[in-house]
Amino acid sequence: MSLQLHLQPVPFSRTLNWSLRLVAPIWNRSTRGIHQLSGAVDPESSQKKRRTMLQYLSDYFYDVESLRRYFLQNEMDKVHQKNHSFAHLEETHGPNNAGAFFILKQGGAVKFRDKEWIRPDKYGHFSQEFWNFSEVPVEAVDASDCAINYEGLENLHLLKELQSLSLQRCPHMDDWCLSRLHPLADSLQELSLAGCPRISERGLACLHHLQNLRRLDISNLPSVSNPGLTQILVEEMLPNCKVVGVNLAEGLKLGPEEQPQDTDRPVPA
Amino acid sequence: MSLHPLYDDNYLPPDHSDVVIVGGGVLGLSVAYWLKKMEKQRGALRVLVVERDLTYSQASSALSLGGIHQQFSLPENIHLSLFSASFLRNINEHLAVVDAPPLDLQFNPLGYLWLASEKDAAAMENNVKVQRWVPGTASQLLCGQRYLVTPVPGMEDEGWFDPWCLLQGLRRKVQSMGVLFCQGEVTGFVSSSDRMLTKNQKEVKLKRICEVHVKMDNSQEYQPVECAVVINAAGAWSAQIAALAGIGKGPPDTLQGTKLPVEPRKRYVYVWHCPQGPGLESPLVADTSGTYFRREGLGSNYLGGRSPTEEEEPDPENLEVDHDFFQDKVWPQLAQRVPAFETLKVQNAWAGYYDYNTFDQNGVVGPHPLVVNMFFATGFSGHGLQQAPGVGRAVAEMILEGRFQTINLDSFLFSRFYLGDKIQEDNII
Repeated sequence: MSLQLHLQPVPFSRTLNWSLRLVAPIWNRSTRGIHQLSGAVDPESSQKKRRTMLQYLSDYFYDVESLRRYFLQNEMDKVHQKNHSFAHLEETHGPNNAGAFFILKQGGAVKFRDKEWIRPDKYGHFSQEFWNFSEVPVEAVDASDCAINYEGLENLHLLKELQSLSLQRCPHMDDWCLSRLHPLADSLQELSLAGCPRISERGLACLHHLQNLRRLDISNLPSVSNPGLTQILVEEMLPNCKVVGVNLAEGLKLGPEEQPQDTDRPVPA
Repeated sequence: MSLHPLYDDNYLPPDHSDVVIVGGGVLGLSVAYWLKKMEKQRGALRVLVVERDLTYSQASSALSLGGIHQQFSLPENIHLSLFSASFLRNINEHLAVVDAPPLDLQFNPLGYLWLASEKDAAAMENNVKVQRWVPGTASQLLCGQRYLVTPVPGMEDEGWFDPWCLLQGLRRKVQSMGVLFCQGEVTGFVSSSDRMLTKNQKEVKLKRICEVHVKMDNSQEYQPVECAVVINAAGAWSAQIAALAGIGKGPPDTLQGTKLPVEPRKRYVYVWHCPQGPGLESPLVADTSGTYFRREGLGSNYLGGRSPTEEEEPDPENLEVDHDFFQDKVWPQLAQRVPAFETLKVQNAWAGYYDYNTFDQNGVVGPHPLVVNMFFATGFSGHGLQQAPGVGRAVAEMILEGRFQTINLDSFLFSRFYLGDKIQEDNII
C-alpha cells in the first residue's frame, strides 16, 4: 500500500517563504551563503545574530574581512578629518577666532570675554557673528562629548587666554592628550575631565604643569585604578587647586555604631 | 602545502620564504609589520619570523624599562624617536585588528629629567640646540644653582610604557597580516658567492644567502628555508648570527675581516618601595652618575638602576642579579640625589641584556656590503625599544625601495665599522 500525501495547492511565493523559514535555522549554523539571511531569522535575536554572522563570515571570506577593515579605517579617518589643523585661519582672522571656529565645528560651545555663550544647535549651525570680533579673547570652552584628540588639541593652543576648559565625556581624550595641555598653564583655572573613558592616573600626573589651576573635576573616570588614592595624590600635587570628583567615603565599611537603623524591623525586646 | 598528510609538520617553517627575520623581538616584529604594510600587492611578500624562545624569557624587549625620549645628540636618533612616539600614540590605528580589543600601552607622559654637572653642561646645551632644530621636540633647559638641570621633561611625547603590550600588539597584528612564525634556532646559512672587480681592479667576493637552516627545539631536526633576504634582528646574539654568515672571517683591517661589534651586556633593574619618595608627578630622573629611577604606579614603588662602568661590567653568562651592586653603587647615588631614598626597601630585581654596540653605542641598520642580502636591525645599546617602529620602517624601505626614504640612516650602515666613522651618542643610560 502506498502512502499518498495530500497537499493543498498553495501559491508559489508562500511555498518559498515556508521553506525558507524551515531551512533558515539550519542554514545559520553552517552557512555558506553570501546573502544576509537575517530577515528570515527570529527578529528579536536578529541584532545579536547579525553581529556574529558578519564575524563568522569574515573568518571564511577575505572580502568580508576587508570590508570590515575598511569600515574600521573609515571610522578612524572621520575622527582625523574632524581634528585637522586650523592654523591657516590664524593669519586672516586671528588666533582666538580660529580656535573658536575649531571648537564650534566639533560641536562644542565657546564663550568670548564679556559676550554670551555661542553654542551650535542640533543641526550643527551656529551664529557667525564672532568673525567680527577682533582681538576678543576666548575665556571658556565647553568641548563636552566632542571627538577631539591629540592633533585637535594643537588648535586649542591658539587660545592663549583660556580660563575654563570642559572636556567631559570626550571619547578620544587619553593620557597623551593631557600632556599637551601645558601651553595653557599660564591662564587655565578650571578644568573638567569627568567621564572620559581613556584617561588614567598616569595622564593626571602630568597636570602638575598647570600651576594656576583652581578647580579640577576628575569624577567618573573608569580607567583610573584607584580613584580615592589618585584624588589624594593629585591634591598633593596641586596644592592650590580644589579637586572635585571622588566621594572618598565610597567603598569604606561603616563602623558598628554607625550602622543605619532599620525602622521597619520590629525592635527586639 | 603538506605533501604528507599523515605527518603533522605544523611546527616546521615553510620550504620557501621571501624574507626570513632572525629574531622575534620588538625590532624583528616591527620590520615584519612594515614589510607587510608597505608591500605593493596584498600577499606579495612571504615573511617568516624565526624566534628561538617564543616565551621571550630572555628577550631584551620584554625585560626593558620601556622609556622613550627624544633628548639625543644625533638628529637621526631624535627623528627615529619622534616617529616612534607618534606610532605609539596612534597604536590602536596602526595595529588595529578587527574584533580584537584595543591595546592599552599604559603610557606615562611624565618625561625624562637629565641632570648634568657643570662639566657636562656645555654638552647638554649643544644637545638642546640640536633638538630645537628638529621640529616636534619640546624640551626645555632649566638652570639650577650648583648643577645645570638640563632638558627637562620634554613636555610631550616622552615618558615610559609597557613593552610587553607593544610586543603582543605587534605579534597579533603581524599574524593577522599573514606573517609566519617559527620557534627554532638559526644554525647555518648556505650562500653562493660571486667574484667581481672593483673600480681599482681589485677582486672582491660578494656573497648571497640562499638558504637558512632552522633547527627545531629539543631535536636534531633542521629545516632548510630558501630565502631572498635575511634580516638580522637577533639583539644581544646578533654577532653569532653574523658570524654564521661569514661576516668577520678574513684578515683583520679588511672589509671581510670586520666583525659585527655587538655583544650582550647585562644590566640590572631594581624595584624598591619608599613611602616618602618623590610624588606622582616625578619624571624619569637620570642622574650625573648614570643612575636613573622612575616611579611605578600609585603605591610609592620605584624602578631604577645604573649603567656600570667598563671595569664593573658583569659577566653576561646568565641573568642572575647582583644585589651587592645595588648596595655599593646604586643606593649611595640615589640617597645623595633624593634624601628620602635613604630609607628605601628593595622589593624585587631582574636583569636583562643590552645589545651593546662596542664601537659607538648606536644601532646598525641596512645591508652588509659583502653579504648583499643580509640586513641588520640591531646594536641599539639600550634604546632599541624606543626606536623600533622607526627602524622597522627604515629597513622595510631599504628592502622594498632600495634606499632610506623618510629618515636618512646612511650614517648607521655597517660600513662605518670598517671606515672607522664613529657616530657617538652622548645621552645613553
